[in-house]
Amino acid sequence: MKALSRLGRVNWASTFAIGVVVLLVSVGLFGQWIAPYDPNAASLSARLRPPVWAAGGSWTYPLGTDPVGRDILSRLIVGTQITLAVSMAALIVGAVVGTALGLIAGYFGGVVDKVIMRLADVAIGFPIILFAVLLAVVSGPRSENIVISVALILWSRFARVVRAEVLSLRERDYVALARVSGASSGQIIRWHLLPNVLNTVVVLASLQIGFTILTEASLSFLGAGIPPPAPAWGAMVAEGRNYVVQAWWVPTMPGLAILIAVLAFNLLGDWLRDTFDPKLRQV
Amino acid sequence: MIGLIADRLLQAALALLLLSMAVFLLTRATGSPLDLLLGQNATQEDYARLEKELGLDKPLAVQYGIYLVRIVQGDLGRSARSGDSVSALILDRAPASAYLALVATLIAFVGGVPLGVLAAVTRGRIWDTAITAATVVCQAAPSFWLGILLIDLFAVRLNILPAGEFEDWRSIVLPALTLGLFGLGGVVRLVRTSMLEVLDSEFVKLARAKGVAERDVVMRHALRNAMLSVVTYIGIYFSILVTLNAVVEVVFNWPGIGRMMFDAIVFRDFPLAQGMVLFAASVTIVVNLFVDIAYSFLDPRIRRQ
Repeated sequence: MKALSRLGRVNWASTFAIGVVVLLVSVGLFGQWIAPYDPNAASLSARLRPPVWAAGGSWTYPLGTDPVGRDILSRLIVGTQITLAVSMAALIVGAVVGTALGLIAGYFGGVVDKVIMRLADVAIGFPIILFAVLLAVVSGPRSENIVISVALILWSRFARVVRAEVLSLRERDYVALARVSGASSGQIIRWHLLPNVLNTVVVLASLQIGFTILTEASLSFLGAGIPPPAPAWGAMVAEGRNYVVQAWWVPTMPGLAILIAVLAFNLLGDWLRDTFDPKLRQV
Repeated sequence: MIGLIADRLLQAALALLLLSMAVFLLTRATGSPLDLLLGQNATQEDYARLEKELGLDKPLAVQYGIYLVRIVQGDLGRSARSGDSVSALILDRAPASAYLALVATLIAFVGGVPLGVLAAVTRGRIWDTAITAATVVCQAAPSFWLGILLIDLFAVRLNILPAGEFEDWRSIVLPALTLGLFGLGGVVRLVRTSMLEVLDSEFVKLARAKGVAERDVVMRHALRNAMLSVVTYIGIYFSILVTLNAVVEVVFNWPGIGRMMFDAIVFRDFPLAQGMVLFAASVTIVVNLFVDIAYSFLDPRIRRQ
């Protein structure tokens, strides 16, 4: 915490965010070994067990079981990995493509810039999520569809911000010097521009994680995302939907997991932005 | 000004063209479009008829041309499951979706703007903290989950509101609230941030120094400027709304387009999904066009260019 407080103002929100994110990432990495049960092992004798603090609950199934007797805690733990992996993949594809196009648009300008920014304008207001629905109908629900659809929205956010940064960076003396000393455009972009926008890219990426997780969950809920029986959080809410009256914990637990994860990543993103890149506030 | 509007119109046309091209290529890239368009119960005659209708023997560019002309004429094909005209199905369901979206938008903006102003003027005090905390949670809660909890609480346990379906005015309350809360969070945060920015600017300091009453400073100077960023948010809000609408309609069994989209996924009804995607995306693009034009009218810095 001491090292962190040197970085920025640490308050209860950032402490909560960092704690939850560290927990989620470790659960994501080591989930298979932590989960007390096989997440897909059904047990008819243990159907709809309530969580430990409710009447009739026990430590055998701390968060209760679902309608086919699968342990909800184990499913949430393994689901963390799926959610984080898919969200990260979408984020990385969107960030890499968007940063590359933003660098190119900002550095070269002219027609290239016009075409790229026009495409970004189109992408930003485009409900590309509808495209995910179409992909799901054509090829069935697959995690790749989520990565493609979310990346199709995200790239434009990165491209815009990176381009704006490059526009001011390319006028700096050290870029002019590099050009005079014979560096090619590729070298200037790689060695002089990219390192200077990376900071912004990382902060911007952290601000998009919550959005990515929510979108993934919504698509999985609609049946256009990660296919069952994989314990994706959104799909777990969908499966538990009809049991809310007799067993409230079945849809409530995965929903709470989404809420806490998105909340933590959003707060972390806000904190990183305020600390490292306050000008991103306008984005 | 006219140049700007022409530019935006061109951009919207380009977006629509790209959209139709993407959907068209998707039907072609995944094997025979006939399988996708006809579904499983099609006869040999259906295949022969559609092949001729779509001109599948002609070059791809010509096929795309035929496809575009049909869309412009309002012919989106027939549902593979029911055989009904897709455009008729959409027109039948669109009012329910529009009604839900409209009430949710009202909740988001009518509730969001005053809360955002309140948070900004009480910066750092208890009201601000409470409002900010509530909106952060609103924005992190998945709508489909919130909807389920609201049904459980108000429709089942308390039994004071219906759980969706389309009966009387009370049916709209829960779905619109579920949908509106996410937008509300966004509006509050946006209004708060832009208000704080404006309240900190030179012209507001001048107004205060002149002795303008604090109430007038907030309402006349700060809020009017903050509203500009709210207008730009509508475009992004609307594309989020289209997704969330689908989710909320499924949860509340609302007879709109989103509910139909879900059925199209479940039954792999490609013509229906394709038609709805084209329709919903076109509406979004047109809304964004109007937002851009409205913005350029509202912002004198752009208007006078």
